[in-house]
Amino acid sequence: MSFEPRLVGFLCNWCSYTGADLAGTARMKYPPNMRVIRVMCSGRVDPNFILEALAHGADGVLVLGCHPGDCHYAEGNYKCRKRLPITKRLVEGMGIEPQRVRLEWVSASEASRFSEVVTEFTEQIRVLGPLKLEDWTFDRAAADAQLEHN
Amino acid sequence: MGMVTIRIDGKPIEVEEESYILQAAQTLAIDIPTLCWYRYINPYAACRLCMVEITDKRGRVRMVTSCNFPAEAGLGVRTHTPRVLATRRMNFEMLASRCAPAPVLVDLGKKLGIENPRWGWGEDTCILCGLCVRVCDEVVGAQAIGFAARGTSRTVTTPFEVDSEACILCGACAAVCPTGHIRMEECSGREIVHREITLGPNAAISVPFRQAVPNAPRIDPEYCVHFRTGGCKVCAQVCPMECIDHEDEERREEIEVGAVILATGFQDLDPTPLKQYGYGKLPNVITSMEFERMNSAAGSTDGKILMEGGQEPRSIAILHCIGSRDEKHHPYCSRVCCMYALKFAHLVKEKTTAEVYQLYIDLRSFGKGYEEFFQRILTEGVNLIRGKGAEVVPAPQSRRDEGPLLVRCEDTLAGRFREIPVDMVILCTALEAQQDAKETGRKFGVSVGADGWFIERHPKLGPVSTTTDGIFLAGACQGPKDIPDAVAQGGAAAAQAMSLMIRGEVEMDAACAVVDEALCSGCRLCNELCPYGAISFDIEKTLSLVNAALCKACGTCAAGCPSGAIKGLHFTDQQIYAEIEGILS
Ligand SMILES: Cc1cc2nc3c(=O)[nH]c(=O)nc-3n(C[C@H](O)[C@H](O)[C@H](O)COP(=O)(O)OP(=O)(O)OC[C@H]3O[C@@H](n4cnc5c(N)ncnc54)[C@H](O)[C@@H]3O)c2cc1C
Ligand code: SF4
Ligand code: SF4
Ligand code: FES
Ligand code: FES
Repeated sequence: MSFEPRLVGFLCNWCSYTGADLAGTARMKYPPNMRVIRVMCSGRVDPNFILEALAHGADGVLVLGCHPGDCHYAEGNYKCRKRLPITKRLVEGMGIEPQRVRLEWVSASEASRFSEVVTEFTEQIRVLGPLKLEDWTFDRAAADAQLEHN
Repeated sequence: MGMVTIRIDGKPIEVEEESYILQAAQTLAIDIPTLCWYRYINPYAACRLCMVEITDKRGRVRMVTSCNFPAEAGLGVRTHTPRVLATRRMNFEMLASRCAPAPVLVDLGKKLGIENPRWGWGEDTCILCGLCVRVCDEVVGAQAIGFAARGTSRTVTTPFEVDSEACILCGACAAVCPTGHIRMEECSGREIVHREITLGPNAAISVPFRQAVPNAPRIDPEYCVHFRTGGCKVCAQVCPMECIDHEDEERREEIEVGAVILATGFQDLDPTPLKQYGYGKLPNVITSMEFERMNSAAGSTDGKILMEGGQEPRSIAILHCIGSRDEKHHPYCSRVCCMYALKFAHLVKEKTTAEVYQLYIDLRSFGKGYEEFFQRILTEGVNLIRGKGAEVVPAPQSRRDEGPLLVRCEDTLAGRFREIPVDMVILCTALEAQQDAKETGRKFGVSVGADGWFIERHPKLGPVSTTTDGIFLAGACQGPKDIPDAVAQGGAAAAQAMSLMIRGEVEMDAACAVVDEALCSGCRLCNELCPYGAISFDIEKTLSLVNAALCKACGTCAAGCPSGAIKGLHFTDQQIYAEIEGILS
């Protein structure tokens, strides 16, 4: 049987969640691999949520927020935009491909963009294959070297 | 100054002492000829046509110029005695001997009974009335022109006869000049303020258009003489209600409100970039809005349907969907065009004998009574062609007399290509979102869709409200719609805003951030994170606290708190972890 990625999406209430809703009402097709968790703003996405999702067996995590300048809370998405690269580094340090975590902007009217992003992300994770956490053991020396390096 | 009574041609009149007797005579509607008098300028007594005979209080009888003779108690004035008339005629003939027969002079001569002045006509078009010099000095305050030389060589000119810097090009002199001796000409690359003094829409003070709200004139400081020279203020002198205040200034006011209704409407698509239709290049290719203006009784042609040259068109093509239902411009249907295009056809048929061609993709007569209107148009002899207008080009020489414009289209019902020569083309341009809609939306926390229209809370369940509490939408800013729909939405928006206001209190979302005092380390990181300044630091307790009334529940603080001390109610970490676990199990 072919590999079906399990994905978690954190969608902000105002733009992306509405965009996803619109994709639904407009009967647009996208892969059913992603399960959505609604948060009020992409700024609510605690890096721990992403780690927790990966720890529980998600093969990839997609965070969707309003386009820069459009956040319902003025600047929540900017905070998310700062937090996400750090989260990716953290994930990378754990031996997980950083491509498994992605941040995109989808507005309330961009139903087709929503379905494109989800389709594309699903395909990317499908190519990467399942996330094998058990392969990873904490290598103190390598982590220190990585820290030095940065 | 006291009031005195004088008698003019036997009629008593009470006037201000020392006011001029010409004005008193005018109040009594007694006609006295004048050439150098103007109500808002001091009298000058140059033309000497306003002569009257007076008897002063000591009984002396004299001939005086009425325009500058002050009223005194007991004065008797006679305006039409044989001596008065003879003097006026004499003065007129002397003036005529020097001046060219300008229409004002010829008319005045006729009134005085002089067809051929005894010393003939002269050549000068300037009658040296000095109105121009005085209006420039006293009213405008520019002092750009004056008299030069004396006697027979006296002329009106600028200092040293060079282009005057002092002249502000207001045109007041040209407006008061009775003979047309003064004309406005562009010189030294400077722009004339008023080419002609009119009370129409290009005067410095005017009502912007006939149905303006408020329906009151306003001053355009760019064109008002007062704002250039500090002079003039004629409008303030003539306004009987003393409403004009030149010192009034634009004010910015802050108004506290409980709800806002956005009703910023639409803008018209500019068809210039759609080069195939020749808009802006070919004469008599106009937009639907331009046709509406022309067709308005208050418009430039008083509601007549005319071509550029002023003739009535013999044929008109109305092209639907210009920029609408067009992947290159707007994919959506502008909704109102089909029906107004049919209205146009009806109006053209009513007002002219022109042939009308409607070029449409589909005819959408969707509303109540609309299909019936369409059926009526069919009986009025309108040519309906199913096929989008492809191109408007100048007609070839051979067909020019049928119409100078050639409309090309594919008639999809007849299944053939057609070329229709017409006199006029109306482009039904798309309704599009206001250029600044996105910016306006951002100010009110309302997002715009891909086409730029404001997004309602829900297409079916919340068509008037938005995702921001207290902000409502009405009219075409939410999407193309006609007047009945815009009015209905406006009413609904008003009702929703009212119900919010009548309640007098706002229901807050149960979602809100709270600080667990036991966990908060007092690092104050969250204080900076909150975009609403809802978190403050309690110095005594050395911990942060959330003001629930200010908190909008975005959760940024909860995501940022390193101690996990902030809980976003309804979106707590535990709830979200449970969700993650749930969906991945
Ligand atoms: C050529 C033509 C013919 C039409 N004929 C008909 C017809 O016969 N029957 C019919 O039912 N409908 C007709 N319509 C449609 C009709 O014009 C619209 O339905 C109607 O104008 C919509 O009203 P509105 O108040 O929503 O928007 P608008 O009429 O566009 O009014 C919006 C107002 O908001 C102002 N505004 C914009 N931005 C701001 C801002 N930031 N701050 C303050 N003010 C702002 C604008 O200046 C404007 O006055 C026609 C449309 C066109 C183009
Ligand atoms: S971020 Fe957390 S620990 Fe720091 S002050 Fe705010 S609530 Fe307290
Ligand atoms: S949830 Fe958002 S609005 Fe509320 S206190 Fe935290 S940062 Fe401020
Ligand atoms: S509300 Fe969408 S990112 Fe903040
Ligand atoms: S009007 Fe009185 S002298 Fe000209």
